[in-house]
Amino acid sequence: MTTLDTAPVAAPVASATRAARAWRTLRSSRTALVGLTIVAVHVLIALLAPLLTSYDPVANDASHALLGPGWEHWAGTDQYGRDVLARVLYGGRYALGVSVAATVLTVALGTVVGCAAALRGGWLDDVLGRVLDAVLSVPSILALLVIVTALGTGPAVIVLAIAVVYVPQVVRVVRGAALAVVPADYVTAARARGERTWSILWREILPNITDVVCVEFAMRASWVVLLISSLSFLGFGADPPTPDWGLMVAENRTAITVVPMASLAPIIALATLVVGLNLAADGLSKAWGVDRIREGS
Amino acid sequence: MLSFVARRVGAAAGTLVLSSVIVFLAVQALPGDVATQILGKDATPDAVAALRGKLGLDQPAWERYAHWMRGALHGDFGASLVSSRPVGGEVATYLGNSALIALVTVLFAVTGSIVLGIVAGLNRDRWPDHLISTVSLVGMSVPEFVVATVLVLCFSVALPWFPAVVLYGPEASAGRLLPAVWLPALALAVVMAAYIVRMARTSVIDVMASEYVTTARLKGLSTWRVVTRHALPSALLPTLHVIALNVAWLAGGVAVVENVFNYPGIGKLMLSSVQNRDLPVIQAIALISAVIYVVCNLAADVGAMALNPKLRTGGRTR
Repeated sequence: MTTLDTAPVAAPVASATRAARAWRTLRSSRTALVGLTIVAVHVLIALLAPLLTSYDPVANDASHALLGPGWEHWAGTDQYGRDVLARVLYGGRYALGVSVAATVLTVALGTVVGCAAALRGGWLDDVLGRVLDAVLSVPSILALLVIVTALGTGPAVIVLAIAVVYVPQVVRVVRGAALAVVPADYVTAARARGERTWSILWREILPNITDVVCVEFAMRASWVVLLISSLSFLGFGADPPTPDWGLMVAENRTAITVVPMASLAPIIALATLVVGLNLAADGLSKAWGVDRIREGS
Repeated sequence: MLSFVARRVGAAAGTLVLSSVIVFLAVQALPGDVATQILGKDATPDAVAALRGKLGLDQPAWERYAHWMRGALHGDFGASLVSSRPVGGEVATYLGNSALIALVTVLFAVTGSIVLGIVAGLNRDRWPDHLISTVSLVGMSVPEFVVATVLVLCFSVALPWFPAVVLYGPEASAGRLLPAVWLPALALAVVMAAYIVRMARTSVIDVMASEYVTTARLKGLSTWRVVTRHALPSALLPTLHVIALNVAWLAGGVAVVENVFNYPGIGKLMLSSVQNRDLPVIQAIALISAVIYVVCNLAADVGAMALNPKLRTGGRTR
């Protein structure tokens, strides 16, 4: 068919203009640019952590426990004498690694299911809607705790658990966006050509809801980071002695009057990362005119 | 309108049945046998088999589900594996304590976010607006345990006004728990209000730009009267709606904050029952939370429709 012949030629052109459009958006939206820069700095710090500090984030040193900020330990040490700055710098690895994996999985699954529901409609959509409502009615923290208890802690389990909890919400948002695209003439045309559901989804629907999916990704990532840190804080996330921000706050909270920096440093790291993600989500949604549908986490 | 309400109630009931099945299946999937757990690891196989029979664990899953649901409808959720007391009563006690926090939280969050939202909306793009937007962005970007920790540092350590941890058990009276309610509620309200302020601000800006506000102003009404008569109700409606939809989030936030303050509420019970694999308690909490969530959503939908004439005829909310 002729459509198949022209497709490979058309695709690069389309993606080039899309990249150009995305760049224009970024340049026009200062909020998005600032947000993405903050996130990029966090990624760089996490990757370059060994170059930025000479301390081992898990090495105990009882003779230097509970020190305040000083020349040797810029952010002081915790109750085991571990360097707080090193733990904060390395802490980004766990937070970012698990969050990125969980968000990618959640948004990818949610997008595919949401698009499929919008495209197929009928009983599939109805049944799916009911099941998602039911899953959403169970408190997400309880679902997370049960999954983690059943399968054991570990990054893979947490990624899976977060996907279970957040996919229904992504499905709702993406389904809503896809429903607006489905009645379009080019989708009807693709159906008339006899294209398969999967290729309509990939080639007609998805390119037209990229903006919604991108905003959803940034917003979802900010919630995933918060949720993972809360899990760690409650003792169901990162296992000690892993350097993790939520875990650090939990460990150093009791000594907060002695070494406030040990709790404050991971809090600042966590807050700046989430502020960056929120700014990115805000800026992108404003630049693209996407309604940020705010639902509870 | 009545048929719409009936349809929504029917859908809500269907959702609840489905969530009860999901809850049941999920908890069944937890590793470990209840009978072995009660009797300990050294129990003889005969004793374990006898207890399994007594608890009905040898029956097929759907029969156990039916039995559990029959009990649940009568308020009987079985006995806790840890305290061997009736689960229904225990959950109700903890839930009552949490309701105290939830009530104060909603009160704080609604008043705070409405006032700030109106101030930001009326001063659009001037410094109060920027300040409030920045603060709410920071509020959205810190987890509940951080807000709680900072509050403890300020109001328990630096200024010893409120207790940092609760020393009473779940049976303590509301009067004894009351001093310990403020900090957890404030922590939750800060995070919650951060989200609602933006929504209140947007609706205030929309209303102030509307034609009927211009008319009211041209009639010579004072700004104060315009705000109280037009801006306030319009900011209040979406806020209440959002709060009703955020009950699921509140449950999660309550779990974290209650553990920071050692407050004997449903969140603390949730965590300890998961740690102890107290299956009947986990099931009961999940089911009761699902009921609360579904009822609040139903109330939000019906309430939004009753107050918004445009939705009354359409009948579709999604």
